[in-house]
Amino acid sequence: MTDGAGLRQAARRIRAGILELSHRGQSAHIGSCLSVADILAAVYWGGLAITPENIASPDRDRLLFGKGHAAAAILAALAERGFFPREKLADFNRDGGELQEHPGPGWPAGVEIAAGSLGYAPPLAAGLALAARIQGRNFRVCAVMGDGECEEGSVWEAAMFAGGKQLVNLAALIDANSWQATGRTAEITGLEPLGIKWEAFGWRARELDGHNPEEIRTALAEFGRGDRPVALIARTVKGKGVSFMEDDNNWHYRTLSDGDLAKALRELKDGT
Amino acid sequence: MRNAFIDELLILARRDPRIVALSSDIGNRMFDRFAAACPGRFINTGIAEAGMTGIAAGLALAGLRPFTYTIASFNPGRCLEQIRLDLCQPNLPVTLVGIGAGLSYASLGPTHHALEDMAWLRAIPNMTIVCPGDPLETRAAVRAALAQDGPLYIRLGKKGEPVCHRNIPEFRIGKAIEIKSGSDAVLLAVGTTLPLALAAAERLAEMGITAAVHSFHTVKPLDGELLGSIFSRTAPVAVIEEHAPAGGAWSGIAEWLAERGGGRAPLLRFGTPDAFFHEAGGQDWARKRSGLEAGVIASRISEVLSSRAGEKRAAPL
Repeated sequence: MTDGAGLRQAARRIRAGILELSHRGQSAHIGSCLSVADILAAVYWGGLAITPENIASPDRDRLLFGKGHAAAAILAALAERGFFPREKLADFNRDGGELQEHPGPGWPAGVEIAAGSLGYAPPLAAGLALAARIQGRNFRVCAVMGDGECEEGSVWEAAMFAGGKQLVNLAALIDANSWQATGRTAEITGLEPLGIKWEAFGWRARELDGHNPEEIRTALAEFGRGDRPVALIARTVKGKGVSFMEDDNNWHYRTLSDGDLAKALRELKDGT
Repeated sequence: MRNAFIDELLILARRDPRIVALSSDIGNRMFDRFAAACPGRFINTGIAEAGMTGIAAGLALAGLRPFTYTIASFNPGRCLEQIRLDLCQPNLPVTLVGIGAGLSYASLGPTHHALEDMAWLRAIPNMTIVCPGDPLETRAAVRAALAQDGPLYIRLGKKGEPVCHRNIPEFRIGKAIEIKSGSDAVLLAVGTTLPLALAAAERLAEMGITAAVHSFHTVKPLDGELLGSIFSRTAPVAVIEEHAPAGGAWSGIAEWLAERGGGRAPLLRFGTPDAFFHEAGGQDWARKRSGLEAGVIASRISEVLSSRAGEKRAAPL
Protein backbone atom coordinates (compact mmCIF):
# COMPACT_ATOMS: atom_id res chain seq x y z
CA MET A 1 0.00 0.00 0.00
CA THR A 2 1.11 3.54 -0.76
CA ASP A 3 2.98 4.97 2.24
CA GLY A 4 2.26 8.31 3.91
CA ALA A 5 4.58 10.23 1.64
CA GLY A 6 2.99 8.60 -1.39
CA LEU A 7 -0.47 9.54 -0.14
CA ARG A 8 0.53 13.16 0.30
CA GLN A 9 2.12 13.08 -3.13
CA ALA A 10 -1.16 11.74 -4.59
CA ALA A 11 -3.10 14.53 -2.86
CA ARG A 12 -0.73 17.11 -4.29
CA ARG A 13 -1.21 15.73 -7.80
CA ILE A 14 -4.98 15.77 -7.31
CA ARG A 15 -4.73 19.44 -6.31
CA ALA A 16 -2.66 20.22 -9.41
CA GLY A 17 -5.23 18.38 -11.51
CA ILE A 18 -8.05 20.38 -9.91
CA LEU A 19 -6.34 23.66 -10.72
CA GLU A 20 -5.58 22.69 -14.30
CA LEU A 21 -9.11 21.40 -14.90
CA SER A 22 -10.78 24.39 -13.30
CA HIS A 23 -8.61 26.73 -15.31
CA ARG A 24 -9.20 24.94 -18.59
CA GLY A 25 -12.95 24.62 -17.98
CA GLN A 26 -13.18 28.05 -16.31
CA SER A 27 -15.26 26.40 -13.59
CA ALA A 28 -15.84 27.72 -10.09
CA HIS A 29 -16.00 25.94 -6.68
CA ILE A 30 -12.20 25.66 -6.56
CA GLY A 31 -12.14 26.11 -2.78
CA SER A 32 -14.59 23.20 -2.37
CA CYS A 33 -12.42 21.03 -4.62
CA LEU A 34 -9.18 21.76 -2.77
CA SER A 35 -10.70 21.03 0.64
CA VAL A 36 -11.66 17.49 -0.40
CA ALA A 37 -8.37 16.55 -2.12
CA ASP A 38 -6.78 14.72 0.83
CA ILE A 39 -10.05 12.86 1.44
CA LEU A 40 -10.08 11.61 -2.15
CA ALA A 41 -6.43 10.56 -1.94
CA ALA A 42 -7.32 8.53 1.16
CA VAL A 43 -10.36 6.98 -0.56
CA TYR A 44 -8.66 5.86 -3.77
CA TRP A 45 -5.21 5.06 -2.42
CA GLY A 46 -6.32 2.30 -0.06
CA GLY A 47 -9.21 3.60 2.08
CA LEU A 48 -11.95 1.93 0.08
CA ALA A 49 -11.82 -1.19 -2.09
CA ILE A 50 -12.33 0.68 -5.35
CA THR A 51 -9.69 0.26 -8.03
CA PRO A 52 -9.53 0.52 -11.81
CA GLU A 53 -9.38 -3.29 -11.78
CA ASN A 54 -12.49 -3.97 -9.69
CA ILE A 55 -14.65 -1.07 -10.84
CA ALA A 56 -17.13 -3.31 -12.69
CA SER A 57 -17.41 -5.82 -9.84
CA PRO A 58 -20.67 -5.87 -7.87
CA ASP A 59 -18.57 -6.48 -4.76
CA ARG A 60 -16.52 -3.29 -4.97
CA ASP A 61 -16.91 -0.66 -2.30
CA ARG A 62 -18.90 2.39 -3.44
CA LEU A 63 -18.00 6.05 -3.12
CA LEU A 64 -20.99 8.34 -3.63
CA PHE A 65 -19.69 11.82 -4.23
CA GLY A 66 -22.50 14.08 -3.07
CA LYS A 67 -20.80 17.46 -3.32
CA GLY A 68 -21.13 17.51 -7.08
CA HIS A 69 -19.98 21.11 -7.36
CA ALA A 70 -16.51 19.75 -6.59
CA ALA A 71 -16.64 17.73 -9.80
CA ALA A 72 -13.13 18.77 -10.82
CA ALA A 73 -11.81 17.13 -7.65
CA ILE A 74 -13.29 13.70 -8.28
CA LEU A 75 -12.32 13.85 -11.94
CA ALA A 76 -8.77 14.77 -11.05
CA ALA A 77 -8.58 11.99 -8.46
CA LEU A 78 -9.99 9.29 -10.76
CA ALA A 79 -7.71 10.34 -13.61
CA GLU A 80 -4.70 10.36 -11.30
CA ARG A 81 -5.56 6.87 -10.04
CA GLY A 82 -5.91 5.61 -13.62
CA PHE A 83 -9.67 5.00 -13.80
CA PHE A 84 -9.78 6.59 -17.24
CA PRO A 85 -7.29 8.09 -19.67
CA ARG A 86 -6.19 11.62 -18.84
CA GLU A 87 -7.06 12.79 -22.35
CA LYS A 88 -10.72 12.52 -21.44
CA LEU A 89 -10.28 15.47 -19.10
CA ALA A 90 -10.15 17.70 -22.17
CA ASP A 91 -13.91 17.18 -22.31
CA PHE A 92 -14.53 18.94 -19.00
CA ASN A 93 -16.90 21.87 -19.40
CA ARG A 94 -16.18 21.97 -23.15
CA ASP A 95 -19.13 22.64 -25.48
CA GLY A 96 -20.36 19.24 -26.63
CA GLY A 97 -18.01 17.37 -24.28
CA GLU A 98 -19.14 14.45 -22.09
CA LEU A 99 -18.11 16.01 -18.78
CA GLN A 100 -20.43 18.75 -17.63
CA GLU A 101 -19.67 21.00 -14.67
CA HIS A 102 -21.52 18.63 -12.34
CA PRO A 103 -21.24 14.82 -12.52
CA GLY A 104 -23.87 13.08 -14.65
CA PRO A 105 -24.81 9.54 -15.63
CA GLY A 106 -22.46 9.59 -18.60
CA TRP A 107 -19.39 10.12 -16.45
CA PRO A 108 -16.55 7.62 -16.28
CA ALA A 109 -16.74 4.51 -14.13
CA GLY A 110 -16.00 5.45 -10.54
CA VAL A 111 -18.58 8.22 -10.49
CA GLU A 112 -21.55 6.21 -9.24
CA ILE A 113 -24.19 8.93 -9.18
CA ALA A 114 -25.10 12.26 -10.69
CA ALA A 115 -24.72 15.09 -8.22
CA GLY A 116 -25.28 18.80 -8.11
CA SER A 117 -28.44 19.13 -6.08
CA LEU A 118 -27.40 18.65 -2.46
CA GLY A 119 -28.40 16.06 0.13
CA TYR A 120 -28.69 13.22 -2.38
CA ALA A 121 -25.78 10.96 -1.52
CA PRO A 122 -26.93 9.78 1.95
CA PRO A 123 -30.27 8.22 0.84
CA LEU A 124 -28.62 6.62 -2.20
CA ALA A 125 -25.78 5.34 -0.03
CA ALA A 126 -28.27 3.95 2.50
CA GLY A 127 -30.08 2.19 -0.35
CA LEU A 128 -26.84 0.65 -1.62
CA ALA A 129 -25.81 -0.38 1.89
CA LEU A 130 -29.21 -2.02 2.32
CA ALA A 131 -28.85 -3.72 -1.07
CA ALA A 132 -25.63 -5.35 0.14
CA ARG A 133 -27.58 -6.79 3.08
CA ILE A 134 -30.43 -8.03 0.86
CA GLN A 135 -28.04 -9.55 -1.68
CA GLY A 136 -25.69 -11.03 0.90
CA ARG A 137 -22.70 -9.07 -0.38
CA ASN A 138 -19.92 -7.56 1.68
CA PHE A 139 -19.32 -4.24 0.00
CA ARG A 140 -19.21 -0.97 1.93
CA VAL A 141 -20.61 2.39 0.94
CA CYS A 142 -19.26 5.85 1.70
CA ALA A 143 -21.07 9.12 0.99
CA VAL A 144 -18.85 12.18 0.70
CA MET A 145 -20.59 15.48 1.30
CA GLY A 146 -20.03 18.98 2.54
CA ASP A 147 -20.88 20.32 5.98
CA GLY A 148 -23.24 22.92 4.56
CA GLU A 149 -24.91 20.10 2.69
CA CYS A 150 -25.99 18.69 6.04
CA GLU A 151 -28.64 21.42 6.15
CA GLU A 152 -30.69 19.43 3.61
CA GLY A 153 -33.55 17.46 5.18
CA SER A 154 -32.93 14.39 3.03
CA VAL A 155 -29.56 13.94 4.77
CA TRP A 156 -31.35 13.44 8.07
CA GLU A 157 -34.07 11.25 6.59
CA ALA A 158 -31.30 8.91 5.50
CA ALA A 159 -29.37 9.33 8.74
CA MET A 160 -32.39 8.31 10.81
CA PHE A 161 -33.13 5.39 8.51
CA ALA A 162 -29.57 4.06 8.43
CA GLY A 163 -29.14 4.48 12.17
CA GLY A 164 -32.39 2.66 12.82
CA LYS A 165 -31.57 -0.16 10.42
CA GLN A 166 -28.00 -0.38 11.75
CA LEU A 167 -26.44 -0.22 8.31
CA VAL A 168 -22.93 -0.86 9.57
CA ASN A 169 -21.46 -0.99 6.08
CA LEU A 170 -22.25 2.70 5.61
CA ALA A 171 -20.15 5.79 6.27
CA ALA A 172 -20.80 9.48 5.79
CA LEU A 173 -17.58 11.36 5.20
CA ILE A 174 -18.10 15.06 5.72
CA ASP A 175 -15.71 17.54 4.19
CA ALA A 176 -16.27 20.11 6.93
CA ASN A 177 -14.56 23.16 5.48
CA SER A 178 -16.80 25.44 7.59
CA TRP A 179 -18.03 27.47 4.62
CA GLN A 180 -21.09 27.29 2.44
CA ALA A 181 -21.94 29.39 -0.58
CA THR A 182 -22.69 32.63 1.21
CA GLY A 183 -21.09 32.39 4.62
CA ARG A 184 -19.84 30.39 7.60
CA THR A 185 -21.87 27.23 8.14
CA ALA A 186 -21.89 27.74 11.90
CA GLU A 187 -23.39 31.20 11.50
CA ILE A 188 -26.07 30.46 8.91
CA THR A 189 -27.90 27.67 10.77
CA GLY A 190 -27.42 25.66 13.93
CA LEU A 191 -25.33 23.08 12.08
CA GLU A 192 -22.70 22.65 14.77
CA PRO A 193 -21.99 20.71 16.81
CA LEU A 194 -22.25 18.19 13.99
CA GLY A 195 -20.88 15.08 15.67
CA ILE A 196 -23.50 14.76 18.37
CA LYS A 197 -26.24 15.21 15.77
CA TRP A 198 -25.05 12.11 13.94
CA GLU A 199 -24.58 10.28 17.26
CA ALA A 200 -28.17 11.15 18.17
CA PHE A 201 -29.32 9.56 14.91
CA GLY A 202 -27.68 6.25 15.83
CA TRP A 203 -24.29 6.68 14.16
CA ARG A 204 -20.81 6.60 15.61
CA ALA A 205 -19.25 9.99 14.92
CA ARG A 206 -15.58 10.74 14.77
CA GLU A 207 -13.67 13.96 14.16
CA LEU A 208 -10.67 13.75 11.83
CA ASP A 209 -7.99 16.05 10.48
CA GLY A 210 -9.24 16.31 6.92
CA HIS A 211 -5.79 17.14 5.64
CA ASN A 212 -4.12 14.09 7.11
CA PRO A 213 -4.76 11.48 4.43
CA GLU A 214 -3.24 8.66 6.49
CA GLU A 215 -5.63 9.29 9.34
CA ILE A 216 -8.59 9.39 6.94
CA ARG A 217 -7.42 6.26 5.17
CA THR A 218 -7.16 4.34 8.44
CA ALA A 219 -10.65 5.46 9.45
CA LEU A 220 -12.03 4.42 6.07
CA ALA A 221 -10.28 1.06 6.17
CA GLU A 222 -11.81 0.35 9.58
CA PHE A 223 -15.47 1.23 9.15
CA GLY A 224 -17.91 -1.61 8.67
CA ARG A 225 -16.85 -3.68 11.63
CA GLY A 226 -18.88 -1.93 14.32
CA ASP A 227 -22.52 -2.07 15.28
CA ARG A 228 -23.67 1.13 13.59
CA PRO A 229 -22.95 3.40 10.62
CA VAL A 230 -20.09 5.83 10.95
CA ALA A 231 -19.94 9.60 10.43
CA LEU A 232 -16.40 10.78 9.75
CA ILE A 233 -16.26 14.53 10.20
CA ALA A 234 -13.11 15.63 8.43
CA ARG A 235 -12.20 19.15 9.47
CA THR A 236 -10.77 20.89 6.44
CA VAL A 237 -9.78 24.29 5.13
CA LYS A 238 -11.56 25.55 2.06
CA GLY A 239 -8.99 26.24 -0.66
CA LYS A 240 -6.35 24.13 1.16
CA GLY A 241 -2.93 24.06 -0.46
CA VAL A 242 -2.97 27.43 -2.19
CA SER A 243 -2.17 30.28 0.22
CA PHE A 244 -4.24 32.92 -1.50
CA MET A 245 -7.30 30.65 -1.58
CA GLU A 246 -7.17 29.16 1.90
CA ASP A 247 -10.23 30.01 3.98
CA ASP A 248 -11.26 32.67 1.45
CA ASN A 249 -14.82 31.93 0.36
CA ASN A 250 -14.49 34.10 -2.73
CA TRP A 251 -12.98 30.98 -4.31
CA HIS A 252 -16.40 29.37 -4.15
CA TYR A 253 -17.26 31.55 -7.15
CA ARG A 254 -14.06 32.88 -8.68
CA THR A 255 -12.40 31.27 -11.71
CA LEU A 256 -8.68 31.04 -12.38
CA SER A 257 -6.77 33.45 -14.62
CA ASP A 258 -3.55 32.29 -16.32
CA GLY A 259 -1.57 34.17 -13.69
CA ASP A 260 -3.54 32.62 -10.79
CA LEU A 261 -2.92 29.17 -12.18
CA ALA A 262 0.82 29.63 -12.55
CA LYS A 263 1.12 31.08 -9.07
CA ALA A 264 -1.01 28.34 -7.49
CA LEU A 265 0.85 25.52 -9.25
CA ARG A 266 4.18 27.01 -8.17
CA GLU A 267 3.02 26.93 -4.55
CA LEU A 268 1.96 23.30 -4.82
CA LYS A 269 5.30 22.36 -6.34
CA ASP A 270 7.22 24.15 -3.61
CA GLY A 271 5.06 22.71 -0.83
CA THR A 272 5.79 19.47 0.92
CA MET B 1 -56.80 -1.66 -6.93
CA ARG B 2 -54.79 -1.57 -3.71
CA ASN B 3 -55.36 -5.26 -3.03
CA ALA B 4 -54.77 -6.24 -6.65
CA PHE B 5 -51.48 -4.35 -6.56
CA ILE B 6 -50.10 -6.01 -3.44
CA ASP B 7 -51.40 -9.47 -4.43
CA GLU B 8 -49.71 -9.24 -7.80
CA LEU B 9 -46.50 -7.81 -6.37
CA LEU B 10 -46.34 -10.70 -3.93
CA ILE B 11 -46.84 -13.27 -6.69
CA LEU B 12 -44.00 -11.70 -8.67
CA ALA B 13 -41.72 -11.20 -5.66
CA ARG B 14 -41.95 -14.87 -4.67
CA ARG B 15 -40.18 -15.80 -7.89
CA ASP B 16 -38.10 -12.67 -8.47
CA PRO B 17 -35.64 -12.00 -5.63
CA ARG B 18 -34.84 -8.56 -7.06
CA ILE B 19 -38.21 -7.12 -6.04
CA VAL B 20 -38.15 -4.91 -2.95
CA ALA B 21 -41.25 -3.11 -1.63
CA LEU B 22 -40.80 0.22 0.12
CA SER B 23 -43.46 2.24 1.88
CA SER B 24 -43.17 5.54 3.67
CA ASP B 25 -45.32 4.37 6.55
CA ILE B 26 -48.53 3.86 4.62
CA GLY B 27 -50.61 0.74 3.94
CA ASN B 28 -51.55 -0.52 7.38
CA ARG B 29 -51.14 -4.34 7.43
CA MET B 30 -51.10 -4.31 3.64
CA PHE B 31 -47.49 -5.50 3.42
CA ASP B 32 -47.71 -8.12 6.19
CA ARG B 33 -47.96 -11.10 3.86
CA PHE B 34 -45.24 -9.68 1.61
CA ALA B 35 -42.91 -9.15 4.57
CA ALA B 36 -43.53 -12.70 5.81
CA ALA B 37 -43.04 -14.29 2.39
CA CYS B 38 -40.03 -12.18 1.36
CA PRO B 39 -37.95 -11.57 4.48
CA GLY B 40 -35.87 -8.41 4.37
CA ARG B 41 -37.53 -7.19 1.19
CA PHE B 42 -40.26 -5.03 2.64
CA ILE B 43 -38.86 -1.77 3.96
CA ASN B 44 -40.85 0.84 5.84
CA THR B 45 -38.60 3.86 5.38
CA GLY B 46 -40.55 5.97 7.86
CA ILE B 47 -42.46 9.09 6.89
CA ALA B 48 -39.78 10.24 4.50
CA GLU B 49 -40.72 10.21 0.83
CA ALA B 50 -37.54 11.91 -0.40
CA GLY B 51 -35.42 9.48 1.59
CA MET B 52 -37.46 6.53 0.35
CA THR B 53 -36.92 7.52 -3.27
CA GLY B 54 -33.17 7.93 -2.82
CA ILE B 55 -32.97 4.62 -0.98
CA ALA B 56 -34.89 2.97 -3.84
CA ALA B 57 -32.41 4.45 -6.31
CA GLY B 58 -29.54 3.01 -4.27
CA LEU B 59 -31.20 -0.41 -4.30
CA ALA B 60 -31.67 -0.17 -8.06
CA LEU B 61 -28.02 0.78 -8.55
CA ALA B 62 -27.15 -2.59 -7.03
CA GLY B 63 -29.46 -4.39 -9.45
CA LEU B 64 -32.64 -4.69 -7.36
CA ARG B 65 -36.15 -3.74 -8.55
CA PRO B 66 -37.75 -1.46 -5.97
CA PHE B 67 -41.42 -0.44 -5.82
CA THR B 68 -42.06 2.65 -3.69
CA TYR B 69 -45.55 3.05 -2.29
CA THR B 70 -47.40 5.89 -0.71
CA ILE B 71 -50.28 8.30 -1.33
CA ALA B 72 -50.30 9.75 -4.85
CA SER B 73 -50.26 13.34 -3.67
CA PHE B 74 -46.96 12.67 -1.82
CA ASN B 75 -45.42 10.22 -4.29
CA PRO B 76 -44.52 12.03 -6.59
CA GLY B 77 -45.24 15.34 -4.82
CA ARG B 78 -42.93 15.13 -1.86
CA CYS B 79 -40.02 13.53 -3.70
CA LEU B 80 -40.25 15.12 -7.13
CA GLU B 81 -36.63 16.19 -7.43
CA GLN B 82 -35.43 12.80 -6.23
CA ILE B 83 -37.55 11.24 -8.97
CA ARG B 84 -36.05 13.62 -11.50
CA LEU B 85 -32.41 13.27 -10.49
CA ASP B 86 -32.10 9.87 -8.79
CA LEU B 87 -34.44 7.89 -11.04
CA CYS B 88 -35.09 9.62 -14.35
CA GLN B 89 -31.67 11.09 -15.08
CA PRO B 90 -29.89 7.72 -14.82
CA ASN B 91 -33.04 5.92 -16.09
CA LEU B 92 -33.20 3.49 -13.15
CA PRO B 93 -35.89 0.79 -13.01
CA VAL B 94 -37.80 1.98 -9.97
CA THR B 95 -41.60 1.81 -9.94
CA LEU B 96 -43.45 4.51 -8.03
CA VAL B 97 -46.90 3.54 -6.84
CA GLY B 98 -49.26 6.35 -5.91
CA ILE B 99 -52.44 5.29 -4.14
CA GLY B 100 -55.38 7.71 -4.11
CA ALA B 101 -55.36 8.88 -7.73
CA GLY B 102 -57.18 12.12 -8.43
CA LEU B 103 -60.17 12.49 -6.13
CA SER B 104 -60.00 9.00 -4.58
CA TYR B 105 -59.33 10.59 -1.19
CA ALA B 106 -61.52 13.63 -1.82
CA SER B 107 -62.89 13.70 1.72
CA LEU B 108 -59.40 14.07 3.18
CA GLY B 109 -58.96 17.49 1.61
CA PRO B 110 -56.52 19.09 -0.82
CA THR B 111 -53.42 17.63 0.90
CA HIS B 112 -54.64 14.24 -0.32
CA HIS B 113 -55.97 15.23 -3.74
CA ALA B 114 -53.67 14.04 -6.51
CA LEU B 115 -54.71 16.35 -9.33
CA GLU B 116 -51.34 17.66 -10.53
CA ASP B 117 -49.21 14.53 -10.24
CA MET B 118 -49.29 13.63 -13.91
CA ALA B 119 -48.30 17.16 -14.90
CA TRP B 120 -45.26 17.00 -12.66
CA LEU B 121 -44.15 13.64 -13.98
CA ARG B 122 -45.05 14.08 -17.63
CA ALA B 123 -42.50 16.89 -17.81
CA ILE B 124 -39.58 14.64 -16.83
CA PRO B 125 -37.65 12.73 -19.50
CA ASN B 126 -37.53 8.91 -19.25
CA MET B 127 -40.67 8.74 -17.10
CA THR B 128 -43.54 6.39 -17.93
CA ILE B 129 -47.01 7.01 -16.47
CA VAL B 130 -49.56 4.22 -16.19
CA CYS B 131 -53.11 4.63 -14.83
CA PRO B 132 -54.82 1.24 -14.59
CA GLY B 133 -58.57 1.31 -15.15
CA ASP B 134 -59.57 -1.51 -12.82
CA PRO B 135 -58.08 -4.15 -10.50
CA LEU B 136 -57.23 -6.48 -13.38
CA GLU B 137 -55.40 -3.76 -15.28
CA THR B 138 -53.59 -3.02 -12.04
CA ARG B 139 -52.22 -6.56 -11.99
CA ALA B 140 -51.21 -6.28 -15.62
CA ALA B 141 -49.56 -2.90 -15.01
CA VAL B 142 -47.43 -4.29 -12.17
CA ARG B 143 -46.23 -7.07 -14.47
CA ALA B 144 -45.52 -4.56 -17.24
CA ALA B 145 -43.60 -2.31 -14.85
CA LEU B 146 -41.31 -5.17 -13.92
CA ALA B 147 -40.78 -6.16 -17.53
CA GLN B 148 -39.43 -2.76 -18.57
CA ASP B 149 -36.25 -0.97 -17.59
CA GLY B 150 -36.89 2.60 -16.53
CA PRO B 151 -38.72 4.70 -13.95
CA LEU B 152 -42.48 4.14 -14.07
CA TYR B 153 -45.36 5.63 -12.13
CA ILE B 154 -48.46 3.55 -11.43
CA ARG B 155 -51.39 5.76 -10.45
CA LEU B 156 -53.89 3.71 -8.47
CA GLY B 157 -57.32 4.52 -7.02
CA LYS B 158 -58.01 2.99 -3.64
CA LYS B 159 -59.86 -0.12 -2.52
CA GLY B 160 -62.99 -1.63 -3.98
CA GLU B 161 -63.09 -0.34 -7.57
CA PRO B 162 -65.34 -2.42 -9.85
CA VAL B 163 -63.77 -4.92 -12.22
CA CYS B 164 -64.30 -3.85 -15.84
CA HIS B 165 -62.53 -6.71 -17.61
CA ARG B 166 -63.42 -10.40 -17.59
CA ASN B 167 -59.79 -11.52 -17.42
CA ILE B 168 -56.44 -9.85 -16.98
CA PRO B 169 -56.22 -8.03 -20.30
CA GLU B 170 -53.36 -8.10 -22.73
CA PHE B 171 -51.53 -5.03 -21.55
CA ARG B 172 -48.86 -3.09 -23.35
CA ILE B 173 -47.44 0.15 -22.04
CA GLY B 174 -48.45 2.93 -24.42
CA LYS B 175 -51.26 0.90 -26.02
CA ALA B 176 -54.80 1.75 -24.94
CA ILE B 177 -57.33 -1.06 -24.53
CA GLU B 178 -60.65 -0.87 -26.36
CA ILE B 179 -63.38 -1.91 -23.94
CA LYS B 180 -66.37 -1.14 -26.12
CA SER B 181 -66.72 -0.19 -29.77
CA GLY B 182 -68.85 2.63 -31.14
CA SER B 183 -68.78 5.10 -33.99
CA ASP B 184 -70.48 8.34 -32.87
CA ALA B 185 -68.09 9.36 -30.09
CA VAL B 186 -64.85 8.17 -28.46
CA LEU B 187 -64.40 8.13 -24.68
CA LEU B 188 -60.83 7.91 -23.41
CA ALA B 189 -60.96 6.85 -19.78
CA VAL B 190 -57.84 7.56 -17.74
CA GLY B 191 -57.39 5.22 -14.80
CA THR B 192 -60.08 5.42 -12.15
CA THR B 193 -62.63 6.98 -14.49
CA LEU B 194 -63.06 3.80 -16.54
CA PRO B 195 -66.35 2.76 -14.83
CA LEU B 196 -67.58 6.35 -15.25
CA ALA B 197 -66.80 6.29 -18.97
CA LEU B 198 -68.66 3.00 -19.35
CA ALA B 199 -71.67 4.49 -17.54
CA ALA B 200 -71.55 7.56 -19.81
CA ALA B 201 -71.48 5.27 -22.85
CA GLU B 202 -74.63 3.57 -21.56
CA ARG B 203 -76.39 6.93 -21.21
CA LEU B 204 -75.32 7.81 -24.73
CA ALA B 205 -76.65 4.46 -25.97
CA GLU B 206 -80.01 5.34 -24.41
CA MET B 207 -79.93 8.50 -26.55
CA GLY B 208 -79.15 6.44 -29.63
CA ILE B 209 -75.49 7.46 -29.72
CA THR B 210 -72.86 4.73 -29.87
CA ALA B 211 -69.61 5.59 -28.12
CA ALA B 212 -66.35 3.67 -28.16
CA VAL B 213 -64.67 3.38 -24.76
CA HIS B 214 -60.93 2.93 -24.40
CA SER B 215 -58.98 2.41 -21.23
CA PHE B 216 -56.35 5.04 -21.98
CA HIS B 217 -54.07 3.71 -19.28
CA THR B 218 -50.73 5.09 -20.41
CA VAL B 219 -50.40 8.86 -20.24
CA LYS B 220 -46.70 8.83 -21.11
CA PRO B 221 -45.90 7.72 -23.74
CA LEU B 222 -49.23 8.38 -25.48
CA ASP B 223 -50.79 5.81 -27.78
CA GLY B 224 -50.01 7.69 -30.98
CA GLU B 225 -51.47 4.96 -33.15
CA LEU B 226 -54.89 5.22 -31.53
CA LEU B 227 -54.79 9.03 -31.48
CA GLY B 228 -53.85 9.11 -35.16
CA SER B 229 -56.77 6.89 -35.96
CA ILE B 230 -59.47 8.64 -33.88
CA PHE B 231 -58.48 12.16 -34.89
CA SER B 232 -58.55 11.24 -38.57
CA ARG B 233 -62.31 10.75 -38.11
CA THR B 234 -64.88 13.31 -37.00
CA ALA B 235 -66.50 11.64 -33.98
CA PRO B 236 -65.87 13.80 -30.88
CA VAL B 237 -63.18 12.57 -28.52
CA ALA B 238 -63.72 12.99 -24.77
CA VAL B 239 -60.88 12.59 -22.29
CA ILE B 240 -62.17 11.68 -18.83
CA GLU B 241 -59.70 12.01 -15.99
CA GLU B 242 -59.41 13.00 -12.37
CA HIS B 243 -56.73 15.58 -13.01
CA ALA B 244 -56.38 19.34 -13.37
CA PRO B 245 -56.39 20.87 -16.87
CA ALA B 246 -52.66 21.55 -16.96
CA GLY B 247 -50.42 18.67 -17.80
CA GLY B 248 -52.74 15.67 -17.55
CA ALA B 249 -53.91 13.26 -20.24
CA TRP B 250 -56.19 15.79 -21.93
CA SER B 251 -53.36 18.30 -21.99
CA GLY B 252 -50.96 15.71 -23.39
CA ILE B 253 -53.39 14.76 -26.13
CA ALA B 254 -54.03 18.43 -26.95
CA GLU B 255 -50.27 18.95 -27.28
CA TRP B 256 -50.00 15.86 -29.45
CA LEU B 257 -52.75 17.22 -31.65
CA ALA B 258 -51.34 20.75 -31.84
CA GLU B 259 -47.97 19.42 -32.96
CA ARG B 260 -49.74 17.74 -35.87
CA GLY B 261 -51.79 20.75 -36.87
CA GLY B 262 -55.03 19.60 -35.20
CA GLY B 263 -57.46 16.83 -36.07
CA ARG B 264 -60.90 16.55 -37.58
CA ALA B 265 -62.56 15.50 -34.33
CA PRO B 266 -63.30 17.94 -31.49
CA LEU B 267 -61.42 17.22 -28.26
CA LEU B 268 -63.46 17.53 -25.05
CA ARG B 269 -62.16 17.58 -21.50
CA PHE B 270 -63.89 16.09 -18.49
CA GLY B 271 -61.65 16.64 -15.49
CA THR B 272 -61.16 18.67 -12.35
CA PRO B 273 -60.89 22.47 -12.35
CA ASP B 274 -57.77 24.57 -11.91
CA ALA B 275 -58.74 25.22 -8.29
CA PHE B 276 -58.46 23.73 -4.82
CA PHE B 277 -61.51 22.12 -3.26
CA HIS B 278 -62.22 24.05 -0.09
CA GLU B 279 -65.44 22.26 0.81
CA ALA B 280 -65.71 18.88 2.51
CA GLY B 281 -67.10 16.06 0.45
CA GLY B 282 -66.45 12.53 -0.76
CA GLN B 283 -65.30 11.36 -4.16
CA ASP B 284 -68.80 11.21 -5.65
CA TRP B 285 -69.54 14.75 -4.46
CA ALA B 286 -66.23 16.09 -5.76
CA ARG B 287 -66.73 14.37 -9.10
CA LYS B 288 -70.21 15.81 -9.39
CA ARG B 289 -68.86 19.27 -8.66
CA SER B 290 -66.31 18.79 -11.43
CA GLY B 291 -68.84 17.60 -14.00
CA LEU B 292 -67.45 14.09 -13.81
CA GLU B 293 -70.86 12.45 -14.02
CA ALA B 294 -72.20 10.02 -16.59
CA GLY B 295 -75.26 12.18 -17.33
CA VAL B 296 -73.23 15.38 -17.72
CA ILE B 297 -70.70 13.72 -19.99
CA ALA B 298 -73.43 12.16 -22.13
CA SER B 299 -75.39 15.43 -22.44
CA ARG B 300 -72.36 17.44 -23.47
CA ILE B 301 -71.34 14.92 -26.10
CA SER B 302 -74.89 14.82 -27.38
CA GLU B 303 -74.94 18.65 -27.59
CA VAL B 304 -71.69 18.68 -29.53
CA LEU B 305 -73.09 16.12 -31.94
CA SER B 306 -76.34 18.09 -32.38
CA SER B 307 -74.61 21.40 -32.98
CA ARG B 308 -72.34 19.79 -35.56
CA ALA B 309 -75.34 18.24 -37.26
CA GLY B 310 -76.90 21.73 -37.24
CA GLU B 311 -73.78 23.21 -38.82
CA LYS B 312 -73.84 20.56 -41.53
CA ARG B 313 -77.48 21.26 -42.30
CA ALA B 314 -76.76 24.97 -42.30
CA ALA B 315 -73.68 24.68 -44.48
CA PRO B 316 -75.39 24.70 -47.95
CA LEU B 317 -77.01 28.06 -47.18
